[in-house]
Amino acid sequence: MMEPTAYLLLSGILFGIGVAGVVARKNALIILMSVEIMLNAVNVAFIAVGSHLGDPTGSIFAFMVMTVAAAEAAVGLAILIAIYRLKETIDITELSVLKW
Amino acid sequence: MEALALKLMSAVPALAGVPLWAMTLLVMVVVAVILLVFALTFGGLGSYVLRKVAGDIQVRIGPNRVGPYGLLQFLADGVKLIMKEDIIPAKADRFLFALAPYLVFVGSFAAFVVVPFGVGLIASDLNIGVYYVMAVTSLVVIGVLMAGWASNNKWALLGGMRAVAQIVSYEIPVGMALLPAVLIAGSLSLQDIVRSQGGLLGIFGWNLFHNPFTFFSFFLYFTAAQAETNQTPFDLPEAESELVSGYNVEYSGIRYAFFFLAEFGDMFVVAALASACFLGGWHVPFFRAETLPGAWGNLLSLGAFLVKAFGIVLVMMWVRWTLPRLRVDQLMRMSWKYLVPLTFVNLLGVSLWLLVFRGKGIPQLIASIF
Amino acid sequence: MEPILFIIFGAIAVGGAIMVVTRKHPMSSALYLILTLFAVAALFVLRQAHFLAAIQVIVYAGAVMVLFIFVIMLINVPENKLPMERLTGLRLLGVVAAGFLILESAILARRFAMPAGSTADAGSVQAVGRALFTDYLLAFEITSVLLLAAVIGAIALAKRKI
Repeated sequence: MMEPTAYLLLSGILFGIGVAGVVARKNALIILMSVEIMLNAVNVAFIAVGSHLGDPTGSIFAFMVMTVAAAEAAVGLAILIAIYRLKETIDITELSVLKW
Repeated sequence: MEALALKLMSAVPALAGVPLWAMTLLVMVVVAVILLVFALTFGGLGSYVLRKVAGDIQVRIGPNRVGPYGLLQFLADGVKLIMKEDIIPAKADRFLFALAPYLVFVGSFAAFVVVPFGVGLIASDLNIGVYYVMAVTSLVVIGVLMAGWASNNKWALLGGMRAVAQIVSYEIPVGMALLPAVLIAGSLSLQDIVRSQGGLLGIFGWNLFHNPFTFFSFFLYFTAAQAETNQTPFDLPEAESELVSGYNVEYSGIRYAFFFLAEFGDMFVVAALASACFLGGWHVPFFRAETLPGAWGNLLSLGAFLVKAFGIVLVMMWVRWTLPRLRVDQLMRMSWKYLVPLTFVNLLGVSLWLLVFRGKGIPQLIASIF
Repeated sequence: MEPILFIIFGAIAVGGAIMVVTRKHPMSSALYLILTLFAVAALFVLRQAHFLAAIQVIVYAGAVMVLFIFVIMLINVPENKLPMERLTGLRLLGVVAAGFLILESAILARRFAMPAGSTADAGSVQAVGRALFTDYLLAFEITSVLLLAAVIGAIALAKRKI
């Protein structure tokens, strides 16, 4: 079994890519996908350290993160559909009615 | 795999010089090729049997021209599909269009890895067996969705959407209906599940007769599985009379053949899971196949397993040509309002039974009186 | 064996993730995301977390990504109406900040030092199941409430008339 350092590094890289996607893109769908990447990056870290310590807690946390990710995707996409019906766009910079 | 490679290397002196990883890889490839050949043969002969059964039920003869009794029809069909021109529609997304059939086929073929064909005859006895099957089935969903979208055809898109909605909703009752067997065996590994149904009780050792809930659960599984593999009472995704052919309408030639093989592969996997989880898998009634010397035990158990699995496939074909098709709303209602709650109640019932009777089924309880 | 497979699957995961955030059409992003998710599942298998690997494939490939692709197909934005993406200074700064985040995590990862545990099968179904239904039972139950809330919320938001 490898030391978890490499996995933690990988997790950091994936998280960074996710952050870059969220801040740099305008397409709401791709932003939601970037959030999924970030959640997955966190899971990689949990699993790597969990198996290193021989503790199922890592798996449990990853499990909870996955549930949250599923709930987030369902609600986020529902909001997206509602917005698209109203405004005919998925560009988040155009959704600025609350900004004065 | 590694154990098998080691055994081979010690048995055949000529192989002793080969490095272990190369031998392991070789064994893996050989096993994969055997499974692939089995899947292809099953797809071919299955299509012949399907058409014969359809012919019998509709009081006509069915294929009877190529070879004796039309037995070589599937070879002719295969040659035709391979020789056919491979058309990609001009407005299709070329890459996805080409990729989709392979994803669907891989999704259904990968499930063969954990099918327990007999005593020790399993490609890999994963400790998450049942979950593994459910996980690789999701590849089929993505493949179907991609095929429907990439074809750029409204029938294909409608068929793909319907297929995915159906597979995703019926995945839940399928999983829930398999869980009683997992509960009884205390393991997700399919070999363990089969082993838990052995003993000298014969067919009454099977999970099917373990208690009333498992008996019911088998039929719930069968119904849900019939829907998950898009068989006729639930074949809305490809409903020929309304959707032309569904998500595979734009496909021809070898790519169509992959969809076709995947469908039959799914059928076999579903039947194999039913027989492993409820019908005792490779157990021969009133006989312990694993005690036979040499390879006889393996062969006998393989035969028993295949007989059970093919029996279930035949029943699926029978149902397929007997019942009329449901409407889309009826289909969804059936899954979410009837099958899902029933499987949940069933699961609860089985767990309570196992708790109250300490894991013993009705046959064991009766046997323990004497 | 593990380092080689780690490099292969890690590279697939990172490459897929980069493609997700750089593609123009959300459909291609979604497909690359599926690739990344499968690579992550393979990494879980490498860490002996078989249960989580299966759940990862079932939940992500079987449900979340299907939902994404469904929505992409449903609102099918034509190619020319996709948001115009220009790299402005602010966005560039954001990407640079993400780069610093990676650097920071690299430094932290190098400082990771915890003694290895003894049990090898911490990710098996039995171990996870036991922990889930004893120590984390309350969290598990609350998860189901969360999912119920998500179901109701999604229907309430996406349905035209309730």
